[in-house]
Amino acid sequence: MPGISREEVAHLARLARLELKDEELDHFAGQLDDIIGAVATVSDVADEDVPPTSHPLPLTNVMRPDEVRPSLTSAQALDQAPAQEQQRFKVPQILGEE
Amino acid sequence: MTTDPTRLTAAELAARIADGELTAVEVTEAHLARIGAVDEKVHAFLHVDREGALAQARAVDAKRERGEPLGPLAGVPLALKDIFTTQGVPTTVGSKILEGWIPPYDATVTRRLKDADVVILGKTNMDEFAMGSSTENSAFGPTGNPWDLTRVPGGSGGGSAASLAAYEAPLAIGTDTGGSIRQPAAVTGTVGVKPTYGGVSRYGMVAFSSSLDQGGPCARTVLDAALLHSVIAGHDALDSTSIDQPVPDVVEAARNGSVEGLRVGVVKEFRGEGYQAGVVQRFDEAVGLLRELGAEVVEISCPSFTKGLAAYYLIAPSECSSNLARFDAMRYGLRVGDDGAHSAEEVTALTREAGFGDEVKRRVMLGTYALSSGYYDAYYGSAQKVRTLITRDFEKAFEQVDVVVSPTTPTTAFPIGERVDDPMAMYLADVCTLPSNLAGNAAMSLPCGLAPEDGLPVGLQIIAPALADDRLYRVGAAVEAAYQARWGHPLLEEAPSL
Repeated sequence: MPGISREEVAHLARLARLELKDEELDHFAGQLDDIIGAVATVSDVADEDVPPTSHPLPLTNVMRPDEVRPSLTSAQALDQAPAQEQQRFKVPQILGEE
Repeated sequence: MTTDPTRLTAAELAARIADGELTAVEVTEAHLARIGAVDEKVHAFLHVDREGALAQARAVDAKRERGEPLGPLAGVPLALKDIFTTQGVPTTVGSKILEGWIPPYDATVTRRLKDADVVILGKTNMDEFAMGSSTENSAFGPTGNPWDLTRVPGGSGGGSAASLAAYEAPLAIGTDTGGSIRQPAAVTGTVGVKPTYGGVSRYGMVAFSSSLDQGGPCARTVLDAALLHSVIAGHDALDSTSIDQPVPDVVEAARNGSVEGLRVGVVKEFRGEGYQAGVVQRFDEAVGLLRELGAEVVEISCPSFTKGLAAYYLIAPSECSSNLARFDAMRYGLRVGDDGAHSAEEVTALTREAGFGDEVKRRVMLGTYALSSGYYDAYYGSAQKVRTLITRDFEKAFEQVDVVVSPTTPTTAFPIGERVDDPMAMYLADVCTLPSNLAGNAAMSLPCGLAPEDGLPVGLQIIAPALADDRLYRVGAAVEAAYQARWGHPLLEEAPSL
């Protein structure tokens, strides 16, 4: 099994939207390497003909009737927003500069 | 009545309130006073809702005066893990990222407690997002174990368990993803139950690992846990994984404890290296007690359990990396770096960096790794196969026996700080509890004595098949009664006074 390098931690952090500090990269690289080394034992069963289990209950598409029901008002839904404007969540710029 | 209300069980309190010997307000005030007196030392609570609790207590007393029917736990105080949303009352999940957040709605568990006239005292401390086995991962400081304040109360639900052991509340609610109800119960000398997966609604319970997370009751006695179980359990249309079947009669089972003729399985994989001698000794005595009480004990083998820890620490982080993506700083919670110079994506990354603690970051990255292309089959895919094998081991075991028993956790409470920077050592605390989360069955921890070498509580775990939660209570009540007859008092009376 491959070890986890500092660069890989930086890549994982980017994928996971974590703006890690430099010192955290070294700290986590060592710890993640230990953990992955320990959990890699599961791959002993990789080639066994065993169906995977993703969930303890055999459920598919549990639906409720499609009826109009009361829900939060927009004021309630926006009450805890970090920023709001015109009854909407206000977010930082999503697209790059023109 | 001169008895201190904080020393009574929930069943006793409910009966005295119903009879008018005590008012709900008196009982609530006694518990708030106890919290005021000891919680600075214990730190079981993140938020005490004095006004809300007293308002609910007054409403119960008014209802009684009007002669209206009361719920089975009417007026009984409860400590709620800070992972359940409470309308108008802060819910942090032990994380800076939700500090100050006031939910606009109640979790189903919260709603059912209120509807049952239970008095919610406040919200209890926990490992951030329920990730941990010591409550040290809380962003708001650790909780002390009432048996020894320099030691951990277990985790993630250390606050809930400690509140019971410190007599701050007779009832508490926890959640159990890999042992977060049972392991804290074991190391604090209290009772904790992880119901069958799907038995208690997850609606309004902040998600960590959705296929494993399960809310459940915590108490000082088996009967109290059963009374609470029956209040919170049952189908909920708001949770698509909620089981649409009647809840087993756990209260009847807890009132009629018996192991006569019961077949009990002892898992031979749950001992050996890493198990403290005193824990093994008390567990072996518990097995002897079960025999004396008329149970037939059988040794069983569950070879896949040895891979349970590895599978769990791939599946839970994978699901958490996906679940925690919702903490993006856009709609609620913390937002960092919104200064006009940073894009939305940068603000998300800056916020998560500032808002999440180390263990959450580790698990989010571990899950991201396990789910990434090239590693998915070897890690996440294999872990799911192990999950099947563990479920099969349980199925085979339950062909031979009615319940399975083991130590709840390999050691007694460890010192605060000892494992905080050694994740693998911390993870070992869950080795006996997490197979039940992977398989989705029901399990309980209850006290079985103090380890001779350190005088700290040891937990006995009882595991029953899915949907047979009542079996836990029937066995647990018999074991509890036999121990109390032997000791002459509940184990918690041996805890030092705070």
